[in-house]
Amino acid sequence: MFSTILFYILSVILVFSSLMVIFSRKPINSVLFLIVSFFAISGHYILLNAQFLAVVNIIVYAGAIMVLFLFTVMLLNLNKETEPKKSALVKIIAVITGCLLAVTLVGSLKGIDNAPVQDFSDNSIGLIKNLGKTLFTDFLVPFELTSVLFLASIVGTLMIGKKE
Amino acid sequence: MNTGIPLEYFLITATLMFFVGVYGFMTRKNMITILMSVELMLNAVNINFLSFNRYLFPGQLEGHFFALFIIAVAAAEAAVAIAIIINIYRHFQSIDVEKADEMKY
Repeated sequence: MFSTILFYILSVILVFSSLMVIFSRKPINSVLFLIVSFFAISGHYILLNAQFLAVVNIIVYAGAIMVLFLFTVMLLNLNKETEPKKSALVKIIAVITGCLLAVTLVGSLKGIDNAPVQDFSDNSIGLIKNLGKTLFTDFLVPFELTSVLFLASIVGTLMIGKKE
Repeated sequence: MNTGIPLEYFLITATLMFFVGVYGFMTRKNMITILMSVELMLNAVNINFLSFNRYLFPGQLEGHFFALFIIAVAAAEAAVAIAIIINIYRHFQSIDVEKADEMKY
């Protein structure tokens, strides 16, 4: 019962702050609302029994990526509401694209059978002990490839960012 | 945790969030906001992975690792994209997507 109430509160916060990310005119408000929505997503992760991923989401997204966004917004001095409106045609196309597919997906979700109820007794599956064991046995190759990806990202960022 | 919530509720929340991201991606002109819409979509996909993992295969960890690798790729992508945006700002004095209309300056 408690987790159901928590789920509703987190979902309302999540959808509202996602909408505010899109509709606020100042970029800095968008960044702050995105941080709020990341905290709500971490709450969802805890409800879904992914405790380690909830912590990683806070650290990586709210701690690293959003600080990068905030620095960029402040560095480029974007704190003005000078963004021109897009034409009505583009907005209509965006509404149709977003709403039609969303309504289709939500409607198809309403019709599915209930998922088979599994054994929810094991709550420790998302803790770092189990994740670490699996990460270094079954997922070792993707893990190493991720480090190569990060190296490529560092080199690419430096090459793009350096002055001519 | 998580006793009485049906699977569809998580999926509907993630769907709404994904299409808020799609709408923002198509209507905003500010490159930073477009990048934030992409982050919204990636996080909606993460919620889907974790809820399917929780409800269909609760003893396995594949969904967790997909979400983890998505977070890693999103971090790399955000760093490169922000470097590109700062470079574009240097050349055009603006990060409006419609003002950046020349590839070679």
